[in-house]
Order: sequence, then structure tokens, then C-alpha cells
Amino acid sequence: MRAHRIYALFLRYLYLYKRSLPRLMEILYWPLLDLLVWGFVSLYLARSQKEIPNVVAFFLGALILWDILFRSQLGISVSFLEDVWARNFLNLFVSPLTVAEYLTTLMLASLVKIFLAAGIMALLAWVLYSFNLFIIGVSLVPFIVNLVALGWAIGIFTTAVILRFGQQAEILAWGIALLFQPVSAVFYPVTVLPPFLQTAAKYVPASHVFEGMRAVINGGAFPASELLWASGLNVLYLAVSVLFFAVLYRGVKKKGLLARVGE
Amino acid sequence: MPSPTTIDDPVTLVVEVHGLVKDFGKFRAVDDVSFDVRRGEILGLLGPNGAGKTTVIHTLLGLTTPTAGAIRIFGLDLAHHREEILERTNFSSTYVSLPYSLTVRECLRVFAGLYHVRRPMARIEELLETFEMPDLCKKQVRHLSTGQMSRLNLAKAFINDPELLLLDEPTASLDPDIADKTRSLLVHVAEQRNVSILYTSHNMLEMEQISDRLVFLHKGKVIAAGKPEDIVSAFEGQDLEDVFLKIAREKRP
Repeated sequence: MRAHRIYALFLRYLYLYKRSLPRLMEILYWPLLDLLVWGFVSLYLARSQKEIPNVVAFFLGALILWDILFRSQLGISVSFLEDVWARNFLNLFVSPLTVAEYLTTLMLASLVKIFLAAGIMALLAWVLYSFNLFIIGVSLVPFIVNLVALGWAIGIFTTAVILRFGQQAEILAWGIALLFQPVSAVFYPVTVLPPFLQTAAKYVPASHVFEGMRAVINGGAFPASELLWASGLNVLYLAVSVLFFAVLYRGVKKKGLLARVGE
Repeated sequence: MPSPTTIDDPVTLVVEVHGLVKDFGKFRAVDDVSFDVRRGEILGLLGPNGAGKTTVIHTLLGLTTPTAGAIRIFGLDLAHHREEILERTNFSSTYVSLPYSLTVRECLRVFAGLYHVRRPMARIEELLETFEMPDLCKKQVRHLSTGQMSRLNLAKAFINDPELLLLDEPTASLDPDIADKTRSLLVHVAEQRNVSILYTSHNMLEMEQISDRLVFLHKGKVIAAGKPEDIVSAFEGQDLEDVFLKIAREKRP
């Protein structure tokens, strides 16, 4: 053991953080989000005077649906990163492939991952906890469609940022969806959130899906207005994310960065 | 110094570059570059590191937007006909990799799809034979040596039977035997199938051997263009390597 070698390597990691905002954010990001989500869950449980109805369905259903959103975003970002890591990106974009075709392919790849992940989770929840996700009924289809759409919008946005800022922004691929978790009210109703976050939650499509899911599990009516809100927001966010990608892609070509993706 | 060559018959011009300029911020990487590539011609693009060769190639591939100038390929404006042009073009670089986790055959199958190759499996078998890779077809790309990777890159570049090939140092990591076979193949496809090839290399002997014409870039500008022997005599050099060293060290006549 030589102290100078440990010090040299220690310096190497310090230098890394010094020049990378995403890496610095990582130190605060995960603990803060964990604290927010579990803090609100604790508040909700403490405030519930009576027993929460369908508690297993409430939490497991929420977990599986949240995972659909998360996989949807990861499906886009990680498929893109696969080509970045393999330094194959340039080969794709010297072929006749268009940006629209590329994004469509990423979405298809994400669908495969969602079906596999959600299928396995639903099966395990049924085998291990006797929870049948399909008790949610036909509402499950628009819930899933909306979560997938939001995941795609976040994924396309993240991909555009990585394309522009390179691999130092890669960390966003793993963490950005979680930024939406506290205001998506996955494991607690929106009313648990402080007023300013309740306002923010209105503009997060996932919060409407999870509110709707809880209503259906508790035997309420099909939450048409919640789904309408979520769908409208998702159409807007998908359009904005595609536009954002197109603008950054144009900038990347202008700066000659497309050939350097993965370096 | 010889001036850039032009020919009268526009039909034979596969690539036409006029007044190409590329700025990266305040740095001018390519400065008023003009040249053309004729059908079935091998045009060598050479120059010291940082001369602008790769930027020119990336601009021709639509990876980088030019600051000024016009690029026509197959008589079409690149800015408006990217897809049509790239369907008939291909590219290979020693410095670009291919998907690591795919096998050689899977990798070529993906690119055959991207270029809409008819009867892809037959084409892949043909290329595996040409580049002496049949025994590697089930090997994952991650397990290929650098030389094998270069051969796979070249096989990928031929997948769509291109009319225009842009090659960035394609023989840089090949052993002399495969490098020689690759040069012969390039000359063969240029002569027999009228494939036009734009080629960069730091191997001056190779450039002299296979190039019909050369465009010499230095600090983003074309400083010489013409047949290799004309450039050598214009710069009063012994051979192309000698000329290259003179230019790189800025001892121009």
C-alpha cells in the first residue's frame, strides 16, 4: 500500500467531479429523490386514519405501472446508448436512415422491453403475492399507453441531451424519469403533496394515471377526465421532445459533433 | 502548383464540391475547397493531421452541415437528397466500430437492411468470401482483432454495392497481405464496376499506387490537385512522401 498511489487515484476521481455537473448532481440527486418519495409515502400512511383499502393492489399495481414508464424511457435511452458505447453511431447515420426512422426504431425496441419487464413483474406479483394486475380491467390499456408515451417523451429528450453533450450526460438516462416520481404520486394520492407540488403534478401525465388507477382499484368509475388530461399532456410533451431532438440534432450536425458521439 | 482539375462532361462527375467552407466557431477547418470525383475514379484526399480531410468526408456524408459551398453527388444536391444519395454510397473508417455484441453475420444483416439490399444473405456470403471471413461469421464483433474489424468495416462498406465509396484510412490496421488485397479490390471495383472512391490514407506509397488523382489539403485549403506524378514534379519532390513532408513542414516551393 502506497499513499501516493491512492492519493493519485483519489485525485483522478476528484478531477472527474470537478468538471462534470451531471456527476455532481448524482451525489445529491438520488438521496433527495428517495427522501421525497418515501417521505410522502410515510406522510400518507401516517395521515390515513383507517386502513388503506386494497393495500396490496394499491402498492404493487403502482409499482408495476411505474416500472412501465421507467422501462419505456430506458428502452429509448439505453438502445441509443448501446450504439454510443459500441461507437457505431456514425455508421448508422452515414446510411440512408432518417432521424424519424431512428426514433421510431428506438420506440419499438422500448416496447419489447416493456412487454418483457411488465409481463415478468405481473406474473411474479401473481405467483408471489396473489395480485392480479388485470383486476384494474380495461382501464389498464389507456393507463399503460399514457405511461409509455410519457416514457418515450422523457427518453427522446434525454437522448437529445446526450447527443449534444456527450457521454458525461449519460447519467441522465438512468435517473431522469425518477425526477418525475415524487410528483407522479405513484404510491400516494396527489393530496399528500404540498400545494406547489400539487400544481406541478397537474402537468405530469403520470399523476393522472396513478390517480385514475387508485380510483379504479377502490371501485370508482372509469377516470375519463384524468385520462383525457394525461393524453393531452402526453401529445404535447411527445411533440415538444421530438422538436427538441430535431433542434439539437441540427445543432450537433452544425458543430460536427455527430461524428464524435461515443468518443 | 497544379490547379484543381475539372472535366467538361458533367455526366461522369459523381461528386462535385464547390467552394466548401466549414467553420467550427472561429476556427475554419475547411476553406473554399473545390474538387470533383469522376465515375470509376479513385481520388486520394491527403494532407497532414488537421488538414480537414475527415471534415470534408463527414460533410460529404451529411454528418456535418457545411458553413458555405455546394455539394452535388450523382448530380443531386446533398442538402435536399440525402437519402437517395446515401442509398448509393457507403463509408468505412478504421476509427469507427460496429455493434460489439452482434456476430459478424448479424452485423452485416443489420446493415443489409439499412441499405435495403435484395437477397441479403447471398450478398453477405459473397462479402465474407471476398474479405476472407467465412470462419469469423459466428464470432461476436467484440472478439475481433483490429485487422478483422477493419475487414468487417470494409465488408459493411460494400454491402449495398455502392457507386461511391468514402474510405477513411481503410488499410491503417491491416497486415500487408490483407492491405494489398484490399488495394487490389478497390482498384478492381473502380475499374470493372465504375465505383468512384474518395480515399484518405497516410500511406503515401499506397496513395501513389492506387489514386488516379490526388487532392492535397493543408490547413483546410486545397494546395495541390492532379495526378500523383504531376504533384511530385510540381513540388520538385522525389516521391509523394517527400512532397508530403515538405508540405507538412511548410517548405513549399
